[in-house]
Amino acid sequence: MVLMTSENFMKTMCASWGSFDMKVSLSWLKEYIGIDLEPSVIAKELTMAGLEVDAVEERYDYLNHIVVAKINEVKKHPNADKLSVCKVDAGGDEQIQIVCGAPNVREGMFVPCALPGAVLPGDLKIKKGKLRGEVSAGMLCSAAELKLNTDAAGIMDLEGDFLSGTPLDEALKVSDTVFEIDLTPNRPDCLSIIGVAREAGAFMEPKAKVKLPDFKLPTDKIGNKSIHEYAKVQIIDPDLCPRYSAGLLFDVKIGPSPFWLQERLESIGLTPINNVVDITNFVMMEMGQPLHAFDFDEVAKGVIIVKRAGSDTNFTTLDSKEHMLESDMLMICDGERPVALAGVMGGENSEISDATTRVLVESAYFNPVSIRKTAKKIGIATDASHRFERGIDPEGTVKALNRAVSLMAQICDATITKDIIDEYPNKAVPLEIDLNTDALNIRLGTDLDADAIKEILESVEFEVEKTDDTRLKVGIPSFRVDVARPEDLSEEVARLWGYNNIQTSYPLVPAQGRLLDKKIVLREKIRQIMTGFSFFEAINYNFINENSCDRLTLLDNDKRRQVETILNPISDQMSVLRSSLIPGLLETMKRNISQQSITLKLFEIGKIFFATQKGSLPEEKEMIAGLITGNRSASSWYSKKSNIDFFDLKGAVEGLFEELMIANIVFEKIEDDSCPYYKDGYAAVVKSGDTLMGTLGKIDEKVLKNYGLKQDVFIFDFNFNAIQDLLPKSVTAEPLPKFPSISRDITIIVDRAVTVGAILKQVELIFKKESLIENIFLFDVFEGQPLAEDKKSLSFRVVYRSASKTLKEKNIKKLHVNISKMILDQFNADLPK
Amino acid sequence: MHSIIDIEKQAFESIEKAVDSEQLEQLSVKYLGRKGVLTKFLRNISSLPEDERPSAGKNANILKGKLEKAVKAAFLKLEAVDDKKITGIDVTLPGRSILRGSLHPITQVAKEISDIFLRLGFDIAESPEVETDYYNFEALNIPKYHPARDMQDTFYVSENIVLRTHTSPSQPRVMEKTKPPVRIISPGKVFRCDSDITHTPMFYQIEGLMVDKNISFGDLKGILTTFVHQFFDKDTSLRFRPSFFPFTEPSAEVDIRCVMCKGKGCRICSKTGWLEVLGSGMVHPAVFENVGYDTDKYTGFAFGVGIERMAMLKYGIDDIRKFYENDVRFLGQF
Repeated sequence: MVLMTSENFMKTMCASWGSFDMKVSLSWLKEYIGIDLEPSVIAKELTMAGLEVDAVEERYDYLNHIVVAKINEVKKHPNADKLSVCKVDAGGDEQIQIVCGAPNVREGMFVPCALPGAVLPGDLKIKKGKLRGEVSAGMLCSAAELKLNTDAAGIMDLEGDFLSGTPLDEALKVSDTVFEIDLTPNRPDCLSIIGVAREAGAFMEPKAKVKLPDFKLPTDKIGNKSIHEYAKVQIIDPDLCPRYSAGLLFDVKIGPSPFWLQERLESIGLTPINNVVDITNFVMMEMGQPLHAFDFDEVAKGVIIVKRAGSDTNFTTLDSKEHMLESDMLMICDGERPVALAGVMGGENSEISDATTRVLVESAYFNPVSIRKTAKKIGIATDASHRFERGIDPEGTVKALNRAVSLMAQICDATITKDIIDEYPNKAVPLEIDLNTDALNIRLGTDLDADAIKEILESVEFEVEKTDDTRLKVGIPSFRVDVARPEDLSEEVARLWGYNNIQTSYPLVPAQGRLLDKKIVLREKIRQIMTGFSFFEAINYNFINENSCDRLTLLDNDKRRQVETILNPISDQMSVLRSSLIPGLLETMKRNISQQSITLKLFEIGKIFFATQKGSLPEEKEMIAGLITGNRSASSWYSKKSNIDFFDLKGAVEGLFEELMIANIVFEKIEDDSCPYYKDGYAAVVKSGDTLMGTLGKIDEKVLKNYGLKQDVFIFDFNFNAIQDLLPKSVTAEPLPKFPSISRDITIIVDRAVTVGAILKQVELIFKKESLIENIFLFDVFEGQPLAEDKKSLSFRVVYRSASKTLKEKNIKKLHVNISKMILDQFNADLPK
Repeated sequence: MHSIIDIEKQAFESIEKAVDSEQLEQLSVKYLGRKGVLTKFLRNISSLPEDERPSAGKNANILKGKLEKAVKAAFLKLEAVDDKKITGIDVTLPGRSILRGSLHPITQVAKEISDIFLRLGFDIAESPEVETDYYNFEALNIPKYHPARDMQDTFYVSENIVLRTHTSPSQPRVMEKTKPPVRIISPGKVFRCDSDITHTPMFYQIEGLMVDKNISFGDLKGILTTFVHQFFDKDTSLRFRPSFFPFTEPSAEVDIRCVMCKGKGCRICSKTGWLEVLGSGMVHPAVFENVGYDTDKYTGFAFGVGIERMAMLKYGIDDIRKFYENDVRFLGQF
């Protein structure tokens, strides 16, 4: 296997694909099925049979804006020999003057008239104007201009008596409805008008069978030459081309197609090209079999060879685009060179031209996967490739070929050879499914007997034989490539019986009490706590800007630089998977600030990703992060505005752990450069024992600048799993104390470098030894005058309580002195003067 | 000496005229006090002719009672007037505000949907957001180069690693580890390369899967009808429509009567009166084969619902991108 480069690979996977809604016009549909239902009913029934109708359009809507007009007066144009100035009655109060160039214009004639504002086919907008100095307030139309037939020789003579002003569609009684079907990929059989007609027959009352066109060749056009004298087809790679049928025509006269053919193609949005090409398209749309017509004089040595390209070569398709072929792409070659990209598009070198007289028509079955690969790699999708890659009817090639050559014989006045080529090395095996109707009824929750099921399946041409009361032998039509097993037949029965006719029931399954995953419970709890702390929950995209790591100024060896890159991102701003929740929160802050929301408290719970080995899944890690910025409280009558700071964030973090009942959390100042996005000296790592829970801090100015932010912002970033691991297994209630406590304060003056944390840690040692101490906490910090610049004053309150009695001063006096002394000694502190 | 009638007249007139409690107090002393007019009158009763004494005494005592009542009433009346003066607080001043946060609307709707299925006995199973091609496609009966891959524009991380395009990989992942019966839902983020007013490259789905003996398409209809009725309301009608997903057979789209126009046809439902809200179907036997389930023994159904769509319908949000801008003015509304 050839390894693709990633660029090539992306081209393969993300080629842009056109829309291939199947369009069906009602008039064309009626060629094969005598359907007499309202268009809206047909649309609904098709939808409920699984052929979702996206749009229903009246094809002749434009004729509604064209009116019947009577020509009352015709005068020669004073300044132009070939023009006439007419006065017409178009149903309005006054006569209208219109300048007309048609030779057949005469008084008393009823003609189609487009008034200013009307739009003709080809997007021609009618306006009031002057023609060589004469006012012309409309246009008298020919049949060709109205796409009613090809007659462009003069204006259309409506031949009869009409009420002037009648809309033309009413006057002519023309109408046609076009259904746009959004077809699911499993139904290639409905990529044809006949396929849709078959479905329509199944919902009609009574059910009706499709009437197929005549596939017999016109005897008067069959010559006595054999195709084998001129052409030869050789399939080198039958795995990719199981069947190739071909027909040959002589004395072909290339020209425009007759009106009816052009009209059919245009009704479903195809553009007529010439009679031969139009017929191939017509038959493809009618029967679902893509065909290709070669100019046989350009087929070297009259040989068609179907094989893999073999080596990388250039090839120009008939849209004049050059493609690089890969060796495993299936090609149609002549005796010398490739002439078509099999199943996708023909080559420029052998396309039908005005000079073409001999035509070879190809009607083949190609391997769907091969066509899909080729089309994806080349980056083109055609009506043909769309059908081949979904799977066409392998038994339909000859029928379609006959249909095409007989149409060509008649329309292009050509002669057909007396036989055709049909190379079919890999015969499709007809499929037969043994259907257990009990199993089907269990699957659907229905109670249909074998006869009812048989009737349903037969309505869409399954061949059904009842072997016993619960067994059916079902022959699958070759065009139903989606049906391969009994379950597929259950869908056929269900959709044709009607999903909404299946009784609603409730499953009987054993009751099983399960606990929710702890992760889910914790996530929900954290969400409750954080919203209780007045944080808004944010959900950011998993994708971030590829330069996010640089913006956070991460070190080169930071694990978060192991980002997983998306090969086909929406944009550079969303090109890598996030390895941190911080960039998303900062971006969200920026968006909010630009909307003047400057006070924010946000949190997010979500996954981050680290790339592992190439071709392996990335490491997914769940995180919880939060951001605060702006004012501490809303500015109001009771409070002065003050800015949020580090301790607002720390308080929230402490509160979160307290609510989760996780004790023994330690905050340590970050001294290394592991989190360079925090301002130096304004960040802490949070630990429980040796477990690193996460970090919090003030975002550094450099990072703010990288995100285009100005105001102070504080962020916490925690590992969700680490939190989960620390949750208490159980909670036991403690009895409330029976005796009152007493408190004593200690105020000391220490060096500013001494941290409160260090003092509390020491105090805790005494704490543990002395059962009388219930709590020690800091309640005041003071710096500045009259203290020396390098000093600060700290005030602690010690709470004493005994479990057995009410404490008195004498019980704690000695202990309190000891604690004070210990702190004073240990931290080189003084008492206040 | 004044007659009792004069006293009564004067007393009532002055009580009525009193404007504050001080005056009233003085009046009370003047008429009812120990040295007051009435007391004096009673003391002087002996100076009256003997036959007038009993009735004068009686009348004076009646008047005393009347006046006491009148003074009391006047005090109460004055007190009510006094209250209009500013004492106490301006209770209309705004309270000290309690800041509030809120859960993202997606979280709220996901929880609401999950809770409905939890009550129906489903369990929650989560699976990775980045997936192998196998779990995202192959195990779900979507081989490479299957046209169904066109139905979802996939983000690739490498040739065989994708951002999951749906929550369906949770199906094979759960079934590989569990024996039937299986009843799970699996909520989470999914990704497709698409971005406009109705598409964001990341969105949320909730997958559902139920597998056991005798699970039918009718059961699928029952469970999903219950879900829709609980999420919207029990008058919301549903329509099951044939569709195609490679991992279910039969497959069904579930439409609900448009919640905006109640089926009359509007912009939200593209004039059809119906809204597509769920994809579903009976688990394809190929999926069971891939996880080693006996296809003769077990059947099951699966479904997927887009959370944004449900949230948009519930809250009348018309631009899906709003969910991921995280504008606090938006978040604060839920």
